[in-house]
Amino acid sequence: MASEKPAPLLQIEDLHVSVGDREILRGVDLTIGEGETHVLLGPNGGGKSTLLNTIVGMPGYRITQGRVVFKGVDLAGLEIDERARLGIGIAFQRPPAVRGVKLRQMIDVAANGTLDDEAMAALDEDLSLGHMLERDVNMGFSGGEAKRSEMAQLLAQMPDLALFDEPESGVDLDNIAVVGGAMNALLKGEERIAERTRAGLIITHTGHILEYVNADVAHVLYSGRLACKGNPLDLIEEISSHGYEACVGCKLCQSL
Amino acid sequence: MPEPLSPKAQQRLDEIRVAAEAAIDKPAALGPDVDITRFRTVSEQQKIESLESLQKQVKETVIHSGFMADETDRSASYFQMDRTPIYERVQKAFDDAIEITSTEDALRLWPEEMIEKYWWRAVMPDKDKYTALVALHQTEGYFIRVKAGRKVEKPIQACLFVSESNVSQNVHNIIIVEDGAEANVITGCNVHVDVKEGLHAGISEFYVGKGAKLTFTMVHNWAADFSVRPRTGVVVDDDGIYINNYVLLTPVKSIQAFPVAKLVGARSTAVFNSIVYGLKDSYIDLGSESQLIGEGSRSEAVARTVSMDQSTVYSRGRLIGRTNDCKAHLDCRGIVQSPESTQWAIPDLASEGAPGAELSHEAAISPIAAEEIYYLMTRGLPKDEAISMITRGFVNIDIPGLPDVLRKQIDKAIEETSKEAM
Ligand SMILES: Nc1ncnc2c1ncn2[C@@H]1O[C@H](COP(=O)(O)OP(=O)(O)OP(=O)(O)O)[C@@H](O)[C@H]1O
Ligand SMILES: [Mg+2]
Repeated sequence: MASEKPAPLLQIEDLHVSVGDREILRGVDLTIGEGETHVLLGPNGGGKSTLLNTIVGMPGYRITQGRVVFKGVDLAGLEIDERARLGIGIAFQRPPAVRGVKLRQMIDVAANGTLDDEAMAALDEDLSLGHMLERDVNMGFSGGEAKRSEMAQLLAQMPDLALFDEPESGVDLDNIAVVGGAMNALLKGEERIAERTRAGLIITHTGHILEYVNADVAHVLYSGRLACKGNPLDLIEEISSHGYEACVGCKLCQSL
Repeated sequence: MPEPLSPKAQQRLDEIRVAAEAAIDKPAALGPDVDITRFRTVSEQQKIESLESLQKQVKETVIHSGFMADETDRSASYFQMDRTPIYERVQKAFDDAIEITSTEDALRLWPEEMIEKYWWRAVMPDKDKYTALVALHQTEGYFIRVKAGRKVEKPIQACLFVSESNVSQNVHNIIIVEDGAEANVITGCNVHVDVKEGLHAGISEFYVGKGAKLTFTMVHNWAADFSVRPRTGVVVDDDGIYINNYVLLTPVKSIQAFPVAKLVGARSTAVFNSIVYGLKDSYIDLGSESQLIGEGSRSEAVARTVSMDQSTVYSRGRLIGRTNDCKAHLDCRGIVQSPESTQWAIPDLASEGAPGAELSHEAAISPIAAEEIYYLMTRGLPKDEAISMITRGFVNIDIPGLPDVLRKQIDKAIEETSKEAM
């Protein structure tokens, strides 16, 4: 590893976000550098998806204080699609079905029309998309199919920062390997290990996906803030034996 | 001198006339009433030797309904200008497979057969004043027959063109697809860019033989002050398939049509697909009816409607099960894109003494969901492109036999209208 610290790709400072009149995030600070993979843990309803939705710019997630800076650009005022073209991609926890728009079209859109037949065939093979390609996206997709479809779109997009919202939930063991393989390909770009510039933020409850993807650090989102951070597997272990409340402030956590 | 008609045929013609005379003031069950006495009938026009000799402006107009002056990709053509069939031709390769002529000529050529089997057999002359008008003051129309067993891959094209204002064109069309034959007919009704008011009353009687297949695509390209009253009846024999595609992308004063498919044959099928854009102050009342009579008959109707401006659109669909073993489904969805536009979706199902009939429908009128737009945007697509992609997907129903030029036309309309809706 080079001794020089990479410039932060994403910098979130004192972020407060409200949905309707409820404040969900209350001062989140997070820095993700190029090539880093972070994990986001936290109880149901804690605001993990809210954080991701805020980063991608979904309407309805109102920043009342603080800011999100990506590649040196303050994202406030940028539309969802502008953020995507700047290099932010997301795999949704529960993506919506779109009648009349095929998965194949979504992949083409994500790749901005740069995907040739060969690359499409490779995606199809890696993620066993098969008949899903010609189906309306997410329309009647099973849980595992929806996750693979999200992965295919992200792989086509190849964003510099990939946000994964529970990529393994509802996915069987065989498919976790498939999804994990895709995440690895995206984050590590095997052929270009030297570069390793792409970064990831992964929401997970179980950590199963971490058997396939190496993560550098995990954060626990608790009471609207990132309450602690530490080694991903150690933190998950601690949480599963003692719960979130005990974990926050425990000796594993590097308190913030 | 033509041979005199048999007494039976003559009697039938008399009956048709008497019935029509009695119905000439009878308003239609649906749609605004049109004062048919305000229009004179269309005039005679010069015949032409080649479609290339059509005026440039006419060629450009009809291409919007899929009618090509270059006939390379067509098996046969019929072009009627006002009252005159100015051009009728079958391409060499299909010479022995297709007959194409005006219905009045067909009646002169084969009077006994026409009257016995096809002439006002699928549509009643006294249905309303528009059928009566055509029965009493017919101004030609096309006759197309595809011979038994002949599968004609290249489309047959027909165009009914109106070049004058304040006229009514009263056409009577007949298509016969004999047993085992297949045909793809593209018809366009067009008016000259300068035409203002007018009426198009069009009777269409289609007969699909045993194991035969007819794909009928109609694109309407009307003027904003035109009233349109087509009346269509289709009879489908055993194992026959009728596919009806209808596309309306331009403003029209009023159109009301409700084609009826009589699925009399065992295992016969009817499919109705329609894409309708309600623009300006158009009054559009469209639907279809499938009568499931033959054992094992099937029907499907898919309608997509986008309405804008001050338009009013009715989207109807009627399924009538008359046999135990029949199945049919209606799928009818609309998007209203203007606060001044009104849409009705009216599905209508009946089982007439057919306890085993399976009839179902899905009808919905709702906007594009915002979360779907955002989803596409997260993949890098700007909002307006996301909206047009979803709208295109909404109307982009799988229409078999739709020529590329029409597909592009539809895409263009979606592009324009979704920009307006932003
Ligand atoms: N669009 C929304 N409309 C209304 N409430 C919302 C919306 N998005 C989030 N919330 C609320 O904000 C809170 C945080 O939700 P969020 O989805 O971010 O939690 P999460 O940490 O991702 O939970 P989980 O682990 O269950 O996925 C919840 O109470 C949720 O109901
Ligand atoms: Mg969540």
